Amino acid sequence: MKPAPFDHVAPATLEEALALLVEHGENAKVLAGGQSLVPVMALRLATPAWLIDLNRIASLAGIRQLDTGELAIGALTRHAAVERSELVARANPLLASAMPWVAHTAIRNRGTVGGSLVHADPAAELPAVCLACDATLVAQSVRGRRAIAAAAFFRGMFETALGADELLVEIRFPAWPDGRRHGFIEIARRHGDFAICGIAATVERDRAGRVGDARVVAFGVVDRPVRLAAVERALAGTDGGEDALRSAAGAAADGLTPRADHHASAEYRSELLPVLARRALAQALTPRRR
Amino acid sequence: MNAPDRAVDRATHVGTPTVRGEDQRFLTGAARFTDDVRFERMVHAAVLRSPHANARIRGFDAAAAAALPGVLLVATAADLGEVPVIPLRLAPLPGLDRFVQRAIAVDRVRYVGEPVALIVAESRYIAEDALDLIVVDYEALDPVTNIAQALAGTALVHEAVGTNVGSHYHVARGDPAGGFARAEYTRKERFRCHRHTAAPMETRGLVAEYDGAAMRVWGATKVPFFNRRLLAKMLDLPETAIEMIETDIGGGFGVRGEFYPEDYLVPWAAMRLRRPVKWIEDRREHLMATNHARETECELEIGMKRDGTIVGLRATVWADLGAYTRTGGGVAIARVPQFLPGPYRIPDYACEVFALHSNKTPVGTYRGPGRYEANFFRERLLDLAAADLGLDPAALREKNLVSAQEIPYDIGTLVPFEGPNAYEGGDFHSAYRQALAAIGHGSLPAKGAVIDGRLHGVGLACFTESSGAGPSESARIVARPDGRYEVYVGVTTMGQGHETVFAQIAADELGLPVAAFQVFHGSTSHVDEGWGTYHSRAIVVGGSAVKLAGAAMRDKLIELAARRSGLPAAELRVGAGAVLRESDASTVLDVAELARAAAEGDAEAREATHVKARFDIKMRPYSYGTHVAHVAVDPETAQVEVLAYVALEDVGRVINPLLAKGQAVGGAVQGIGATFLDELLYDEAGQLVSGTFADYLVPTSTEAPPIQAIFLEEAPSASNPLGAKGAGEGAIVATGAAVANAVADALAPLGVKITALPLSLNNLAASIRAARRRA
Ligand SMILES: Cc1cc2nc3c(=O)[nH]c(=O)nc-3n(C[C@H](O)[C@H](O)[C@H](O)COP(=O)(O)OP(=O)(O)OC[C@H]3O[C@@H](n4cnc5c(N)ncnc54)[C@H](O)[C@@H]3O)c2cc1C
Repeated sequence: MKPAPFDHVAPATLEEALALLVEHGENAKVLAGGQSLVPVMALRLATPAWLIDLNRIASLAGIRQLDTGELAIGALTRHAAVERSELVARANPLLASAMPWVAHTAIRNRGTVGGSLVHADPAAELPAVCLACDATLVAQSVRGRRAIAAAAFFRGMFETALGADELLVEIRFPAWPDGRRHGFIEIARRHGDFAICGIAATVERDRAGRVGDARVVAFGVVDRPVRLAAVERALAGTDGGEDALRSAAGAAADGLTPRADHHASAEYRSELLPVLARRALAQALTPRRR
Repeated sequence: MNAPDRAVDRATHVGTPTVRGEDQRFLTGAARFTDDVRFERMVHAAVLRSPHANARIRGFDAAAAAALPGVLLVATAADLGEVPVIPLRLAPLPGLDRFVQRAIAVDRVRYVGEPVALIVAESRYIAEDALDLIVVDYEALDPVTNIAQALAGTALVHEAVGTNVGSHYHVARGDPAGGFARAEYTRKERFRCHRHTAAPMETRGLVAEYDGAAMRVWGATKVPFFNRRLLAKMLDLPETAIEMIETDIGGGFGVRGEFYPEDYLVPWAAMRLRRPVKWIEDRREHLMATNHARETECELEIGMKRDGTIVGLRATVWADLGAYTRTGGGVAIARVPQFLPGPYRIPDYACEVFALHSNKTPVGTYRGPGRYEANFFRERLLDLAAADLGLDPAALREKNLVSAQEIPYDIGTLVPFEGPNAYEGGDFHSAYRQALAAIGHGSLPAKGAVIDGRLHGVGLACFTESSGAGPSESARIVARPDGRYEVYVGVTTMGQGHETVFAQIAADELGLPVAAFQVFHGSTSHVDEGWGTYHSRAIVVGGSAVKLAGAAMRDKLIELAARRSGLPAAELRVGAGAVLRESDASTVLDVAELARAAAEGDAEAREATHVKARFDIKMRPYSYGTHVAHVAVDPETAQVEVLAYVALEDVGRVINPLLAKGQAVGGAVQGIGATFLDELLYDEAGQLVSGTFADYLVPTSTEAPPIQAIFLEEAPSASNPLGAKGAGEGAIVATGAAVANAVADALAPLGVKITALPLSLNNLAASIRAARRRA
């Protein structure tokens, strides 16, 4: 489990990194926290000739709130920093509650938000949160900067809309409206393992107390995070009570063909979907115990 | 180390919780594991392993690998000349010796991971680069990947042998047919225990160095004397030219320290190259190359009276031993029939055994071999029978446990290579009742009681456990002029804390503090002969040898002091590093001074300060106990939480309660983890699917449930002077049984039937689904 030979370069600025990416093209891989890339290299499933190490580029890490109320997180920000951030807890409670589910403490100390999103594991938590929140992923290359909506960013298993010469530099979460509530739940074989099935949900109520905008995203089930449109539709306009939840969540598996692996069959994932959707929505809609 | 406190130390160290002296180095990073052994000019080995489950090797092209800068050696079977065969060490079941493994594949590979070539290079990186450059021309053949295929024999793992049945035999006691003839109720079920393994934190590793005359091998453990004998024969060296050296070891659990192909290949390469060669197994190699364990199926039938009295038991067991019979490959399957009747009064019993070969990694012993499996089969069937008969599972066990009056209880001859055995002593009911009381059995929610949407269940499992394999063990104690005492033993240690325990034992014999002793276990040069650490024997047999050596030194010191002082021996005792006069504690003979005299050539002094002992164990200690699990199952997600777990065992005299508890908690966590998580899965092509720690899941601290480990000392063993029985394995052996029974109890209202392990989320969800469909 030793990687094949490679060269390592650690540019100090984003501009240098982008230029190196153009120079080495397909022969290069970007190194962030290394928590996904390095194991894959150790197994020689990836054998890049060059590693372009982002860790010296300080400007890529950081959490801030913009005047618009948006939450902006630099791609190189460690999971642990997001997990502990009071700003994140206030400005995006869904993201905050998802963080402890991302791997284990040691991995969160090193792994980055950008690495997780670009790696695009279908069972990862952060892509689902981005989709539920309509986050924008900001990509940059020598050609310039562009914003990609989360819904367009995740294209399949380990596949994103990012070009070969682009880096993910920042993730922007729209301002969190007052009164929006959230739920987050997942099932994994051990705590910290990738999810077999998980749900990230946000719900808003109108003045009358009826359910308004609802976002219900499933992850770990198909090749990318998916919004459960049928559940969202069924929930809208209801009183958000137990019966409404149960009946809306019942549609969770509609139209999905869950994947199967040796940890979970497609049937098991199909069974989990309505259960977890109901529970995540219940977290969002019933008064918090804790 | 400082000279011991001169104050008289009359404390009884045996039985006192004593912190491991080893902790200091383990917890500060000062321990020295195999990978920490480094030499100048040291080079690194990597093993090319078969990617096929079953294939003919038509040829190699290793030219590119050999030409890679930094590569020193590329060796295949052809380069090794006569490729040695690795013989059985234990469990010579009839027929198994036809399936032994060679140190490297010769013309044919039989499992994914079988060594086909050895590379040695200046670094492990280069060695792995070279692995990628070797081209092997394989002709893939149909593999045998499960017990049914092995039995059918349509494909043969070893054509020359002509069968996949490694061993087939019957054992019985009493009159099995007669027993069943008296039955008013019978129930037959087929059970399955999954393939998994120990996964110690430190993988295997070796460093070998040869200087033209002497060979030194670091990384030895478990049975270094046996391995030395084998290696000497294979390399054609005198035994005394080889030293096997034990470093600190990050866990053994049975799988580490047996003689594997690499145990020949690495020393062979060191001899060939005349440079120190290091090989450290990586985790991916470990999961495909180190012994697997436990894969067993069992058809078990019980005969009972309507009141629950057991009148007969009969079984057929099938074990998948993998592609070859390894050194201890037959142990687990030989022990399944022995432990199937368990602690119950079952006079009439029969078992038919099939040890089978397949195109999977060979198996070996893993903590509680054969017991984990057998206890699961029997205890599960007892609960199924109790449900059929409308009896309380606890009452059923109470009724059938062998009573204290029936002890010693003859268990017959259930192992072909052993004589008759008997449960030596104790009160099974007492242990059973105390375990139930400890968990609060009876007041716990059970039988599927619903609390917050989860179904609660309680499961019981009673067991017996053997330990202390013979024949012997040696120890040597040396008193030094600086007041220190050195204890040399023939057993090995993989982190259990034996250095502390042996010091406790010696300290009591010589009336000294534990800190006065330094224990050496790390080399075949310490004592003339050692047998090793397995079958929970290190303390029972090795500790007894230490006790005998300590007692012998004490007697010799007193005798010498009596002779020299003219005082009667009865008026003397040892303590504070001296022989003292009983009446006024005045010093009659100073041991450090005596050691000084010994160093200067005083033969009498030498005899009293250099003492050897050997302990031969004549009878096998049997411990016994009960496990109880309380679980809550989420019927919608199949998640199980183990809310409470009691592991209670009578292990005779507990030498160090603190370390014994560590063994029990660790064993229970390992076993409960295995019951839910650990699984070595193969696909139809014989590829190992769970080949990394992302797929082979071991329990971590987050999965560790609350464990109450309880030891009773009601029945000290008569087999050894310490009165000890093994304490290293009892906590794992009933985990599958107790947890499965608890989960089945919780899910009883849904009609879920549990007959197979593991209770993974996916498997349990499938069982719940099947029950709902039936309903
Ligand atoms: C045992 C274990 C368990 C885990 N469990 C989980 C889990 O439960 N949930 C979960 O979400 N993750 C899990 N992970 C993954 C972990 O969260 C990783 O940290 C994360 O997936 C990748 O982040 P990284 O910074 O380490 O990226 P790296 O490993 O450095 O890179 C990952 C990929 O992203 C690319 N990349 C990284 N940053 C950028 C960038 N800014 N622009 C363009 N490309 C970039 C790299 O080239 C590489 O292809 C687990 C990992 C391990 C080892």
